[in-house]
Amino acid sequence: MKITINGEPHEIEQGLSIFDLAATLELAPDKIAIERNRSIVPRSTFAETRLCDGDHIEIVCFVGGG
Amino acid sequence: MVDEPLVIAGQVFSSRLIIGTGKYETYEQNARAAEAAGAEIVTVAVRRVNLTDKDKPLLVDYLDPKNYVYLPNTAGCFTADDAIRTLRLAREAGGWDLVKLEVLSDQKTLYPDMAETLRATELLVEDGFKVMVYCSDDPVYARRLEDAGCVAIMPLGSLIGSGLGVQNPVNIRLIVEQSDVPVIVDAGVGTASDAAVAMELGCDGVLMNTAIAEAGNPILMASAMKHAVIAGREAYLAGRMAKKRYADPSSPLAGLI
Repeated sequence: MKITINGEPHEIEQGLSIFDLAATLELAPDKIAIERNRSIVPRSTFAETRLCDGDHIEIVCFVGGG
Repeated sequence: MVDEPLVIAGQVFSSRLIIGTGKYETYEQNARAAEAAGAEIVTVAVRRVNLTDKDKPLLVDYLDPKNYVYLPNTAGCFTADDAIRTLRLAREAGGWDLVKLEVLSDQKTLYPDMAETLRATELLVEDGFKVMVYCSDDPVYARRLEDAGCVAIMPLGSLIGSGLGVQNPVNIRLIVEQSDVPVIVDAGVGTASDAAVAMELGCDGVLMNTAIAEAGNPILMASAMKHAVIAGREAYLAGRMAKKRYADPSSPLAGLI
């Protein structure tokens, strides 16, 4: 199925959770925050939150800034 | 005379210098500058993760959030809605509710949009955030921000990244006198004397990024800023001498040969 991650189209397997997605992208769950269709996905629910076709995902982290 | 510590939203800090983490050559240099500055709070930005370059260094691996208070900012946000969205993500990523709000008006000046800033402050306070607000040096808006429940007022000394120092010391002083929350000059500091000027006006702290990051030797400038903030604070507490129009000899006139 097709989802959008940080503005870019991605093709992923059916039934993946947010937790699986982070693992696939090699991202440490404790260093990121994720928004799905403009709603925050609490870290505690990464494993149980299943991705759906057409989801818009934003994955952010802290970077240097003033 | 022992100074009182800086208290922001109930958190006690011994350093009055807050530094940014942008524009450094490396995060490693940034970490050394933070140490030289004696900073306890560092501002950080929230951005999309880099999905293509996974080996890119991470800020948290150099400036440990266990050793520094991370102050997530909303740099690059031009509406209250964008700023709130960014800070909600920051709260989820780090678990912190102490944040730096900045809602900007245009790319050329990065001047704060005060109507949007006030609106965002109200909404963030309602949502449980402890909001330190980057703002103009307008005492009326500063009062409104305090009434809205912000935990620190952070007027600009001059434009972000300009290094022009404190351009309106009279307004900064008015804000200091009227505020019951800490006042921290944010933006505009170019060199150590600018930081000292801000502190001599009675500000509770100074926040800076470019003045250190773009110095010829950022580590040495970080150390200079640490001393300048302490010097300015002590001068403020000591109370400066009165200015006079004519000379006043320091040596006694009596007993001259």
